[in-house]
Amino acid sequence: MGILEVKDVNKRFGGLQALGKVNLSVAENTCHAIIGPNGAGKSTLLNCLVGKLIPDTGSVMFDGQSVLGRTPFEINQMGISRVFQTPEIFGDLTVMENMLIPCFAKRDGSFALHGIRSVMSEAELRDQAEHMLDEVNMLDKRNMHSASMSRGDKRRLEMAMCLVQNPKLLLLDEPTAGMARADTNNTIDLLKEIKEKRNITIAIIEHDMHVVFSLAERITVLAQGTPLVEDTPENIKGHPKVKEAYLGEAA
Amino acid sequence: MDAIILQILNGLDKGSAYALIALGLTLIFGTLGVVNFAHGALFMIGAFCAVTLSKLLTLSHTVIDETRTDFLGNPLKVEVPYVYDVFGQTTGDAIIDWAVPLSIFFAIPVMILIGVIMERGLIKHFYKRPHADQILVTFGLAIVLQEIIKYYYGANPIPTPAPEAFVGSFDFGALIGFEAGQIIYPYWRLVYFAFAAIIIGAVFAFLQFTTFGMVVRAGMADRETVGLLGINIDKRFTIMFGLAAAVAGLAGVMYTPINSPNYHMGMDFLVLSFVVVVVGGMGSLPGAVLAGFLLGILESFASMREVIDIIPGINQVVIYLVAIIILLTRPRGLMGRKGVMED
Amino acid sequence: MFGLDKKDASLLLIVAVLVAFAPFLLNPFPEGSAMAQFNAGYPDLMQRFVIFGIFAIGFNILFGLTGYLSFGHAAFLGVGSYAAVWMFKLLSMNVLPAIILAVITAGIFALIIGYVSLRRSGIYFSILTLAFAQMSFALAYSVLTPITGGETGLQLALDDPRIFGSSTTAEGNIPVPGFFGLEMRDSTELVLGNWVFTFNVGYYFAAIIMLAAFYLSIRIFRSPFGMMLRAIKSNQQRLNYTGLNPRPYTLAAFVISGMYAGLAGGLMASMDPLAGAERMFWTASGEVVLMTILGGVGTLIGPVLGAGLIKYMENIISKINADILHTWFAFLPDGLEDLVVTMIYPFIGKGWHLTLGIVFMLVVIFLPGGLVQGGQKLAGLFGRKKASQPKNATTEPAE
Repeated sequence: MGILEVKDVNKRFGGLQALGKVNLSVAENTCHAIIGPNGAGKSTLLNCLVGKLIPDTGSVMFDGQSVLGRTPFEINQMGISRVFQTPEIFGDLTVMENMLIPCFAKRDGSFALHGIRSVMSEAELRDQAEHMLDEVNMLDKRNMHSASMSRGDKRRLEMAMCLVQNPKLLLLDEPTAGMARADTNNTIDLLKEIKEKRNITIAIIEHDMHVVFSLAERITVLAQGTPLVEDTPENIKGHPKVKEAYLGEAA
Repeated sequence: MDAIILQILNGLDKGSAYALIALGLTLIFGTLGVVNFAHGALFMIGAFCAVTLSKLLTLSHTVIDETRTDFLGNPLKVEVPYVYDVFGQTTGDAIIDWAVPLSIFFAIPVMILIGVIMERGLIKHFYKRPHADQILVTFGLAIVLQEIIKYYYGANPIPTPAPEAFVGSFDFGALIGFEAGQIIYPYWRLVYFAFAAIIIGAVFAFLQFTTFGMVVRAGMADRETVGLLGINIDKRFTIMFGLAAAVAGLAGVMYTPINSPNYHMGMDFLVLSFVVVVVGGMGSLPGAVLAGFLLGILESFASMREVIDIIPGINQVVIYLVAIIILLTRPRGLMGRKGVMED
Repeated sequence: MFGLDKKDASLLLIVAVLVAFAPFLLNPFPEGSAMAQFNAGYPDLMQRFVIFGIFAIGFNILFGLTGYLSFGHAAFLGVGSYAAVWMFKLLSMNVLPAIILAVITAGIFALIIGYVSLRRSGIYFSILTLAFAQMSFALAYSVLTPITGGETGLQLALDDPRIFGSSTTAEGNIPVPGFFGLEMRDSTELVLGNWVFTFNVGYYFAAIIMLAAFYLSIRIFRSPFGMMLRAIKSNQQRLNYTGLNPRPYTLAAFVISGMYAGLAGGLMASMDPLAGAERMFWTASGEVVLMTILGGVGTLIGPVLGAGLIKYMENIISKINADILHTWFAFLPDGLEDLVVTMIYPFIGKGWHLTLGIVFMLVVIFLPGGLVQGGQKLAGLFGRKKASQPKNATTEPAE
C-alpha cells in the first residue's frame, strides 16, 4: 500500500478524455517519476492530486485519507507540497518572509488571527526558516526582495518553502524546465541530498530524461491519459511501448 | 398585459443608454484590457456636444428692425441667429429645431478625436499596469472631465429639447390593438430606442463583416496570438477606443431630450453601466447589450406602484440586487467567457 | 517601545507630537494677515483631519495590504454615524457608548457585505462592494427613512428619550455630545500677540483615538496576520498551496477596515450629532481611495498624509476666490495680472475638484507610491548630496 493511491481516475473536458482509468501507487520514501509526451495528461493528473481539479470518477487516497473534494490548502495541510513549473513565490515579500509563511501555515493551520504579535518575535520559526535557507545555500539572500532574484534562485526558494513544512509528499512539476544544464545538475544534486536527509516521498513530472533517470526509482509512462507501463528506470529504457508513445508524438 | 407592455417600453430608453455605454466599455475592455472608469464621462461629453451645437446654432447678432418700434418709439432691436443669415428664416428655424439630431454629425468627429487623444495620451501607458491602477487613473480623468464641463457649462441641468415633431406622446396601445389611452408613449423615447438599435446593429455588423472587425474579434479572444501574427494591434486599439468613445457620445447626444444634461450624469450612468457589464459578462458584447436592456426593463418594472407597495424601495436597489445575485451564482455573468478577468 | 521596533516607534512618536501641536502648526500665520486664509487650525477642520485619517488608515489595511479595492467603504462610515446618533437619541449624550456601537454595527455590516463580496476578486469585488454601498445609500435615502431620517438626515430632537441622560438641558436646548462631562465642542483659545490658537476638546479626543488606531495599524502591519495579507496580494495561488486559506484572512481585513470606517463615522457624529445618507454615496467611497493613493498605498503614514492633504485642499483651496487671487498678483502689470488670474481661476474655489482630479491623476501616473514615495525620492536626491543628513522620518518606507 503506497502513501499515494490513485485508483481508476477519469477526467473529461467536454469531448476530450484527459485521463482514462489512471491507476498509480507511489510507495513511501521513493522517488516516482511520471513521464509522457505532451498532452498525455500529466498536468491534469497532478491537478487532481492537489485539489485544483476534481476527477469525474475514481479515488485519490493520500496517507489513508481521500483528497477528493478538499481544497488545495486542506490538501497541503495533509502533507502534500507542490512545486510549480514556473516558480510561484511571494514576489513582493523578502526571502525570509517567503520562508516564514509556510512555517506559520505548518504551526498554526490554515487560518490564525495573530494580528498583534510581531513577526520579529517568532524566534523559533525564524530559526527554522534560517536553517532551511542555509540548507539550500540561500541564507545570505534572506533580506532580498524575492522578485528580484534569478529564476534558479526562485526555484530553490520555492523548493525550500515546500521543504520547510516537512511534507510527506513533495510534488514537482517539471522542476528543471527552461534551466541551463548546470542549473539542472544543481537541482538534481539538491533533490538527491534532500531525499537522503529526509524521509520524504517525491513524485516528479519531467520531460528531461536525464533528470528522470538520475532521480527516479519508479517510472510511470502516461500516454493519451492512460498509464502505459510502470516499472524501474532500467526496464523503462528501451521499452517498446514507451518508444512507440514518444515516436508517435514525433510523427 | 397593457401595464406590462408599458413597463417594458418605459425600460427601453434607459436600457438603451445602459446597453450603449456597456457596449463601449466592453469593447474597450475586451480589446484593450482596460477598465475605463471615464466612460461615463464620454457619455456626458456627448450630451454636451448637443448642448454646444444648440448654443452655437442659436448664436445671434443684433439688428435693428426699422419696421417695428419698441414702447419708446425707437426702432426695435432684434436678435437674429447667424443661421438665418446663411439659410434664411424658415430653414434656419428648422435647423435650430433639429439641433439634437444634427449634433450626431457634430459629435462623431469630436468624440472620436477625444477618444483617440485619451487613448494615445493616457490609456496607452496603462495597458501593462494592474486593473486597480487603470480604474484609479480613469476615475481621476472622469473627475477632471466632469469638472471642466462644470466650469464651462455650470452645475445646473441644461434643457435641450427634441425637435418639435417628436415632442409629446402617442398612443402606442391603440396601434397594437389595445384600448385607447392605455399605453401612452413619448415619441422621443421610441426614437432613442430605434437609434440605439441601429448603433448596436452597426457596431455588430462592423465587427462581423469587416476585416478590421475580424481582427478585433480575434484580438478579444486571444490578444497575444494576434499580436504575434504581426498585425498592428496598436493602431487598431486606438481606432477601437475612438469608436467606443463615439458610441458613448452618441448615446449621450440623443439622451439629452429625455434628461436635461448635467455635469455628473456620466458618473450616475457609469456605476450602473459597470454593473451592467459585469452582469452581462465581462468581455461579452451580446452580454452587455442583453444585460443593458434587461436591467433597464427590470428597473422600470420595479418602479411600478404595485411593486413598490409590496416591497418598498425595490426600485432603488433592484439592479444592485440582481447584480449581486448574478455575480454570486454565475461568476462570469450571463454570457461571459471563461478566463476573462479571473485570478 | 510599545512592542514596536525603533523605526516604527519613532514614526508613532513623531505623529503623536505633530498631532498634539497641530493647533500651533496649522496656524502659522497671524490673524488678519493676508496669509491667514491658509490657516487650518480651527476645530472643525482639525477634527476632520484626524477622523478622515482614521478612515484612510482602516481602508489601507484592506487595500494596501491585500490589494482588494473596495469602492463601497463609505457605507460603513455612514452606518457608524447612524448608530452613534441613535445612541445619542436613546441612551445618553456620552460619546463612548455611541462610538462603541458605531464600531460594532459597522463591523457586523462589514462581515455580511465582506462575506458575500469576497467570494469574488479583482474588479468583480470592486463592483460588488460598489453595488452594496449604493444599495445602502438608496435604502437609507428612501425606504429606511424611519431609521435614517431619509433626505434630511438623522438629527437629535428635544423629545428623544435619552434614558441615561436628559432629553433637554436646563435651558431647554438639545444637549451636546460629551465624554463624561467634557463637551466635544468646548474650546480654549490662546492668544499670543497676533496669533490665536484654538484647543478643542473634540479634536484632542479624536486625535487620541486616531493615535490608538494608528498604533494598532502598525501592529497589524508588523504581525503575521499583516504578512499573510501582503502574501495574498502577492500570490494567492502560492498561499493556497502553502496550506493557508486566503478567505478568512481577507474577510478579517475587510471587517477590521470596516470597523475603522465605523469608528470614523461614530466620531464624526460625536463632533456634530447628525448623520445623512450622502456620507454613504459612492463618491465618498472614492474619496477615501483618493486619500490612500495620494498619501501612499500600503505605507503606514501615507493614508494619514493623504487624508490631511485632501481635507486641507477641500477647505482652503475652495475658499480662495478671484478677489484673493487679484490681491496676490497685484504686483504684476495689469494685463498680465488678469491673465494669470484667469488661468488659475478654474482650479480654485468651486473648481477645487478639478485640482484634486489632476493631482490624483499625476500621482497615479508618475508616483504610484504616493506622497511617501515622492518623499523618498526627494530624500534620495537630498541624501546623495548630503549623505550625513538623517532622513525625514515621516518619509521612511513602511516596509
